[in-house]
Amino acid sequence: MEQIGILEGREKQIFEKKDGGQAFDISCETTSLSGSVSQRACVFCGSRVVLYPVADALHLVHGPIGCAAYTWDIRGAVSSGPELHRLSFSTDLREMDVIYGGEKKLYASLIELIEKFSPKAAFIYSTCIIGLIGDDIDAVCRKVAKETGIPVLPVHSEGFKGTKKDGYKAACTALMKLVGTGPIEDISPYSINILGEFNLAGEAWIIRKYYEEMGIEVVSTMTGDGRVGAVRRAHGATLNVVQCSGSMTSLAKDMEAKYGIPYIRVSYFGIEDMSAALYDVAKHFPDRPEIMEKAKEIVSREVRNLYPKLQKFKAALSGKKAAIYVGGAFKTFSLIKALRSVGMSVVLAGSQTGNKEDYLALKEMCDEGTVIVDDSNPVELSKFILEKEADLLIGGVKERPIAFKLGVGFCDHNHERKIPLAGFEGMYNFILEVYQSVMSPVWQFAPRKGGSL
Amino acid sequence: MKHAKTATQNACKLCNPLGACLAFRGIEKCVPFLHGSQGCATYIRRYLISHYKEPIDIASSNFNEETAVFGGSHNLKLGLKNVTQQYLPEVIGIATTCLSETIGDDVKGILREYMKESISRTGEPILIHASTPSYQGSHIDGFHAAVRAAVETLAEKGVPRNLLNLFPNMVSPADLRHLQEILDDFQLPSMILPDYSKTLDGGPWAEYHRIPPGGTPAAAIATSASAIGSIEFGSTLEASKSAAGWLESKFGVPRYHLPLPIGIRESDRFFGLLEAISQKPRPEKYDDERRRLVDAYSDGHKYVFDKAAIVYGEEDLVISMTAFLQEIGIRPVLCASGGKSGLMRKKLEALIPDLDGEGIKVRDGVDFADIEDEAALLRPDLLIGNSKGYTMSRKSGIPLIRIGFPIHDRFGGQRHHHLGYRGTLELFDRIVNTVIETRQDDSEIGYTYM
Repeated sequence: MEQIGILEGREKQIFEKKDGGQAFDISCETTSLSGSVSQRACVFCGSRVVLYPVADALHLVHGPIGCAAYTWDIRGAVSSGPELHRLSFSTDLREMDVIYGGEKKLYASLIELIEKFSPKAAFIYSTCIIGLIGDDIDAVCRKVAKETGIPVLPVHSEGFKGTKKDGYKAACTALMKLVGTGPIEDISPYSINILGEFNLAGEAWIIRKYYEEMGIEVVSTMTGDGRVGAVRRAHGATLNVVQCSGSMTSLAKDMEAKYGIPYIRVSYFGIEDMSAALYDVAKHFPDRPEIMEKAKEIVSREVRNLYPKLQKFKAALSGKKAAIYVGGAFKTFSLIKALRSVGMSVVLAGSQTGNKEDYLALKEMCDEGTVIVDDSNPVELSKFILEKEADLLIGGVKERPIAFKLGVGFCDHNHERKIPLAGFEGMYNFILEVYQSVMSPVWQFAPRKGGSL
Repeated sequence: MKHAKTATQNACKLCNPLGACLAFRGIEKCVPFLHGSQGCATYIRRYLISHYKEPIDIASSNFNEETAVFGGSHNLKLGLKNVTQQYLPEVIGIATTCLSETIGDDVKGILREYMKESISRTGEPILIHASTPSYQGSHIDGFHAAVRAAVETLAEKGVPRNLLNLFPNMVSPADLRHLQEILDDFQLPSMILPDYSKTLDGGPWAEYHRIPPGGTPAAAIATSASAIGSIEFGSTLEASKSAAGWLESKFGVPRYHLPLPIGIRESDRFFGLLEAISQKPRPEKYDDERRRLVDAYSDGHKYVFDKAAIVYGEEDLVISMTAFLQEIGIRPVLCASGGKSGLMRKKLEALIPDLDGEGIKVRDGVDFADIEDEAALLRPDLLIGNSKGYTMSRKSGIPLIRIGFPIHDRFGGQRHHHLGYRGTLELFDRIVNTVIETRQDDSEIGYTYM
């Protein structure tokens, strides 16, 4: 096989765990190297990802058509009611707007869309070009808010002003303006907000059900089946429960600073982490031991139900090797544990946006020989998949064809999923999908498994 | 609701750089490169991957705040160096985005500088630059801009040769293979640009290919200036913006400009032109295909006659589809496009002189909110266009026949034929079957023999 080298400027973002090997000093949280074909998106993408599932808000993208067109109804985030989030709105700037400024068009667009759709709030996403031509979108938002009586929130998400993570932050800043504006008198002291859970294929409903069964009030699922009204009341909750390493931590921190609400980080993927997510929340309410009792009951019931069903898969999958390349590093921890529970090992673990702590934790968790990589690209990913002889790749849409071209199983673990993978039932779906892809007979025809070209 | 509309609601178009990336993917050993923010490349990749289901690596110069203020020269050069090192390309196709266009980067100048600086390095790729600001035109304009830029960069005067250039427009990989087969059957040596029939619809790999095999070789593009002529599909594609137009004005290579050959009449025109150029009669195989198509038209005519359809998508596709629908007795009640060349109505009139008399509405520069409003009034029997009309189809209960790009909610969009007698037959079968299926589903009895 042809040797593929690593780009100058990327060597420090790749690490192989070896006994007595180099000291662990992975470089991360930097902008992507020009020309490296990063799998990452941009600031706008980060903002859009976080706010997307707020289903009764208007999401207007201020810029040329591409940014809105490429994010039109691409995600699996479902709503129990309004579905405004599934439409795509853009000011569709043309050359003359770029020359003379887009503020008038933005104003007119907002007025007409708010009249037509009666949203509970509007988010205005500022794209690359707005940062250049200097439209004062804050002023337009203030004006429209005054005239229409709904919150109109600028989201400063110019694509070039940082990384996807900065987009998360911009979205949280916009949400923070809503938090604290609703009534909280009737909220129970045994209450939480669920943050960073996007209700892909109804996952937030699964999680919410567990907590409610424990006797905890869920004030808002924030951006999973999100509602403006619930976000406004979120400051009435006792605890913020944040999933995912990056996307909504900054909001949790801001709420802690402003409203004194503590937060914990959890994950809902895999038996181990899902159980921990319930226990960790229960621990937060020690004066009500029945909450913990209930958590234990749920876990034991669900595990009793799930465990036997996983055995068939475990028998087939034991000894198979997986490669993981996802957006946030936090998810990787859960995936490693989940795969181990069915006898699989992980040979590559990487993320688009991990930080030093994440990668250190990954290094602790991983087996010898595992490659840990930050902000990778298709050439590197393929190289490692082949070198490490992976049987499975876990990633998103952009990673899928890499796996299939090379005759490797693949499981989608991104925002476009239409099957829930969270919670105990999600764990079953996940392992089922892994099994269905890894064990498929079609791979016998793949050249690297002896098939002809 | 009939007040003036400012915002675009569910766009019926994509942005300029997407088309450029697609065209560059059809050049051999070429890496598409977007000069702008990281997000553009990533979004366009995932959008294309969802249709073609192939790896599509698009590099980015990855602007940051400093780049936006001080210019993209450093990032562009570093990006080109890195792409060259990692992908070993023979060509890099650079398309600019709204960002780099607006800050006014002199891309041509930067590329000249880069080439000068790298003169000592061997194996440097050829650089092609297309200007594709996303606030102008739509994806189809970016597509044509990239094709033209490729020819402008590579075509060289040479000894005249027996070679036909074909610029097929934004058609499916299956259509590209079909066109190649037709030219081969006429024994016409040819240069099809772009040709992503393999790069976006290829086989399995034993090892990772930095760049998928296939595509039009740069050397072949170089010979385009010595060809006996260029056939260019695209009713609204003007000579001043097209590759064939440029070859004609610069090198005197005759430009033959045709609508996309969909339907019998337009396919006849295409085959007739090939007969004239090759001085050979149409091979028997295509006579057979034409006979089968006419036969199918007869067998299926009652199912489709007098049905009303809305057809939408790129202007050129809409125009040719409209001509075909007319041919089989379907009333195209609305021809809609998010594109806005300003020529759609005129070009449709050239095919169907009395548009108003035939009850055919033409609307360009529209989005799906507009098309839905029209559909509510026109109540057509069929929707014909890309996957993005599914929401409208689901809401209204009007069946959707998927053509063109993107097809994100069905399998095999890249293998659909649209062109020639064969492509038309495939389209005709699908339309007739959709009508039959609707009748069957709507029937209370549920006949198994329709």
